[in-house]
Amino acid sequence: MKKVLEGSMAISESVRIAEPRVISAYPITPQTHIVEHLSQMVADGNLKAEFVMVESEHTAASVCLGASACGVRSYTSTASQGLLYMSEVIYNIAGMRLPVVITIANRAVSAPINIWNDMQDSMALRDAGAIQLYAENNQEAYDMHIQAYKIAENKDVMLPVMVCVDGFVLTHTFEVVETIDEVERVREYLPPLNMEYKLDVDNPYSFGTLGEPSVYMESRFNLANAVNNSKKVIVSAAQEYKDMFGKFHGALIDTYKTDDAETIIVAMGSILGTIKDVVDELRESGKKIGVLKVRSFRPFPEEEIVAALEDAGNVIVIEKAISLGKGGILSQEIRDVLYKHRINSINVNGYVLGLGGRDITPKNIIDLIEKAKTDENMDGEFFGLNSFIEQGNISNIGD
Amino acid sequence: MIKTKFDYNKYLRQNTLPHIWCPGCGDGIILKSLIRAIDKLQIKKDDIVIASGIGCASRLPGYVDFNTIHTTHGRALTFAIGIKMFKPRLKVITISGDGDALAIGGNHFIHAARRNIDITLIVFNNYTYGMTGGQYSPTQPIGSYATTTPYGNIEPPFDVCDLAKAAGATWVARSTSYHALQLDKLIEAAITHQGFSVLDVITNCHISYGRRNKMKSPVEMITYQKEKGIPVRSAENLKPEELTGRFKTGLIYQKNDAPEFCAEYQKKLELLKTK
Repeated sequence: MKKVLEGSMAISESVRIAEPRVISAYPITPQTHIVEHLSQMVADGNLKAEFVMVESEHTAASVCLGASACGVRSYTSTASQGLLYMSEVIYNIAGMRLPVVITIANRAVSAPINIWNDMQDSMALRDAGAIQLYAENNQEAYDMHIQAYKIAENKDVMLPVMVCVDGFVLTHTFEVVETIDEVERVREYLPPLNMEYKLDVDNPYSFGTLGEPSVYMESRFNLANAVNNSKKVIVSAAQEYKDMFGKFHGALIDTYKTDDAETIIVAMGSILGTIKDVVDELRESGKKIGVLKVRSFRPFPEEEIVAALEDAGNVIVIEKAISLGKGGILSQEIRDVLYKHRINSINVNGYVLGLGGRDITPKNIIDLIEKAKTDENMDGEFFGLNSFIEQGNISNIGD
Repeated sequence: MIKTKFDYNKYLRQNTLPHIWCPGCGDGIILKSLIRAIDKLQIKKDDIVIASGIGCASRLPGYVDFNTIHTTHGRALTFAIGIKMFKPRLKVITISGDGDALAIGGNHFIHAARRNIDITLIVFNNYTYGMTGGQYSPTQPIGSYATTTPYGNIEPPFDVCDLAKAAGATWVARSTSYHALQLDKLIEAAITHQGFSVLDVITNCHISYGRRNKMKSPVEMITYQKEKGIPVRSAENLKPEELTGRFKTGLIYQKNDAPEFCAEYQKKLELLKTK
């Protein structure tokens, strides 16, 4: 059914129909609405799950780890500092190969404290062994959560999946979202969780036990393989979803008007909508420009990205995160895979925009495209700074 | 009584005002009380450090012209301990909410109390996570409502003062945002006390807590504080059942001769130097 839903509501509806049996979370802006809706559903009997209220994000993730180790579908969500506080547990969830789905309402990290959107929080967890998917709009956020369980619980994967949605931009805005009404159809797509290895008194296993030097590396090797091999499962989950429910937003990546494009803009998340509007406008004036959406950041879709970019002359990467001391994260990974495939004809310019909720307007993107014409190999250059800092007067910050 | 008009401005950072608290919030009352207490004690502004965690209350340090640090959720006391250990001569005051001090930061609360370190902790206790819109907190009364307890809370709350005393705090008191003049005196006494002092201040969040609990205006919440608060001495004459749903106000516990952590640390250092 088509409904006008707040992003958080769409996500909680999606989680409800995926039928997790344990939900645990701690309040943090801008994630809170999601779990408020879920706690209401549980209290009203519309979702048969245990809703465990806890005293911190670390505990919320731990509750999910425990439940998942018992073979129970579990869910949590967080953002920003909450995710950083959870990080110890997320590494453990991945290491124990447990299929927990975690929504990240992407938000800046402290200090200074800032509650608005960027992607520095989830990017900090990119090496944890969790799959990371990024949603473009609320419909995709809805569909992505159901797919996330399908991917996480595949017996060749068995990994946590972080579904990343832009805080406020998606979580707090209303859009038309088409929901699935028949739980039976979702069950057909996503059968009940049946884990091969779980905590079971009749068939005991040990999770997370000491991995001595003789076995630790093999354990990490298996984990690395599982993340890499999840690519084909992400693709099939998107395809099967399309076949059953008619919705498709791309699998590992998605492309928009890239076929004859000389310039391709690469981005993740909700900013893609604005970029596509700009591209439509520029196409009308005859500019050959397109968009590459990275939907799965972990695993990194190397082959697909190379295939999408290889015929372009210029690539502009717009990202809301930075690896401090190096530069843009997405841009360096793109440059890395192009180098690996011996493609050195493409000028990759990476820019950092929109940190801490700074608006990225269509005009910003047009200006950036213009600037990129004369730039070469920008590596996470800040774009859209206030003028006082350009004048070098840093002492004004905070006044 | 305050006879002449008190000038708060010399303690406030004008460029960070207006504050973010909702109209009618009790936090502003506590802020002013804190300023009056510090003024009364005549402590130099530069000798005061205020540390806070995350939440509505934790925004306070941004507004006051002392040495201030706004840290991570639940960890205000740990930052404060680091500061106090490095410069024991400074007056270190920690501002936390009930969620910050007793949920995510509960561990640090009991260990700061156990050590009896000379820090003052003021808990802005509004029974809820106000900033994120009213989720259940560890001081929320049984039966009351929050967005995450839509049919009423079944978990027993912490009594901040009992917990502080049991964990080893040597000065424990409670007041409210209604009892503003009493609050002045208690903050003064808390700062003066040599050891870990905990002041539980019941404050009103009519927006996130009151609206869900039949107290939708600040007046109703302030009235609740006035009616439910009972001075410690009056409470002594009441039977336990008569205290149900009420809370004691005033100085609840004080122990003056307990070893203070920084002093003990210094003593140990001196002793080791002579060996």
